[in-house]
Amino acid sequence: MQQLIYFIQKYRYFLFFLFLELIAFQLIINNLSFHKSKFINSASSITGDFYSKTNSIRDYFQLDTENKELLNENLILRNKLEKLSLSIDTSPITKIFEKTDLRQRYSYIQGRIEKNQFRNNYNFLTINLGKKDSLVPEMGVINSKGILGITENVLQRYSRVRSILNKNSKINAKLKNSNYFGTLTWDGLDYNSTQLLDIPRQAKLKVGDTIITGGMSSIFPEGIPIGSIDNIVNEASIKRIINIKLFNDMSNLKNIYVVKDFDKQQLVNLEKTSNE
Amino acid sequence: MNKIRVFLWIIVILFLQILVLNNINFSQHINPYLYISFIFLFPLTKNRFIFLTAAFFYGLILDFFSDTGGIHAASLLFVAFFRLYFIKLFFRKNNIDYLLFNLHSEAFGQVFNYVVTITIIHHFMLFSLDNFSFNNINIVLLNTLYSSIFTLVLYFLGSYILRKKQLH
Repeated sequence: MQQLIYFIQKYRYFLFFLFLELIAFQLIINNLSFHKSKFINSASSITGDFYSKTNSIRDYFQLDTENKELLNENLILRNKLEKLSLSIDTSPITKIFEKTDLRQRYSYIQGRIEKNQFRNNYNFLTINLGKKDSLVPEMGVINSKGILGITENVLQRYSRVRSILNKNSKINAKLKNSNYFGTLTWDGLDYNSTQLLDIPRQAKLKVGDTIITGGMSSIFPEGIPIGSIDNIVNEASIKRIINIKLFNDMSNLKNIYVVKDFDKQQLVNLEKTSNE
Repeated sequence: MNKIRVFLWIIVILFLQILVLNNINFSQHINPYLYISFIFLFPLTKNRFIFLTAAFFYGLILDFFSDTGGIHAASLLFVAFFRLYFIKLFFRKNNIDYLLFNLHSEAFGQVFNYVVTITIIHHFMLFSLDNFSFNNINIVLLNTLYSSIFTLVLYFLGSYILRKKQLH
């Protein structure tokens, strides 16, 4: 017993150091797994408010470019609307619209990025939407140019989004000109390019082909742009890696939309039913 | 008085790190981590519990703001624990000298060795914890090298300017 007390006396600093170091490692490991990262993240109201205050100063300097981007998006949407109204006007009415045809599946919630991160291997964004805006975990986050990430921790006023620039991120994606789908991942090297894996070998690929979201999951609607094929590594082998150049500049983000899927609960329940 | 000034500097450096230095991202990965000067500024005391706890929470605040789990806390705590051994190694000090120890009054060569060693160990630990695998070890080493140079230049420039001000 005396020996033990003597041991603790002698190594008390080292034991204290080990104790704190173990806590730190536990936090690191928790941070890497999807649903455990509750304690340390920037979505808390203290850090969220802090970033929100500093951002409101910074915003003034970016108003010009932000306005141009929003005008651009408006232009695209207006053109789409014009085309759509033209096609509705000219097409002969051959069927009566059912109530289910007009049902809306997705709605979008508008928000803003409070903290952007693209430097680390496991990147997270903080957005100014939370439980008060009826957000839940695992909702898609997009902007006018493409996808950004998936919500992970939702607190009262802020939430943390797992960026597509995160080594744990896996998103269903497909080619625009065919229905072959694969998994979008990131290798942690370049923030302008992500990797598309598991595309079947018979799929014909060309540099410059557009990649869009696949709609196999209930997180993103189908057809949201991601990027274009930059180059293909190991073209003719099983380890084929397709490098995607993102449409978004991930280092310069501001306005976002969160996708709300009204059918999500139904889809989840359907997938849960047993196979027998 | 002196202790209050050190405390204020530590707070200023924390905000500088969060608001400015974390956003530099020179060629994506290279960032100065000036908050390491916490280790050099914090006074030497006989009771090390306060220092270790302070280092842990200082790193944790940074983790809080940069969504990194606990990598800043773990690496800052690591160099905080081994600070005393490096002081013994580079400056050849005994327990009696701790109270009067001041980095400014030491020879520049010894201070340089001490600061460079601690910075490189801290940065290597930081980047390998961020990587969290044995792949891409060359990138970890390159990041350590470049970011260390960045941090060291900033630290020595800052301490030179501030020391000059004190003399006049």
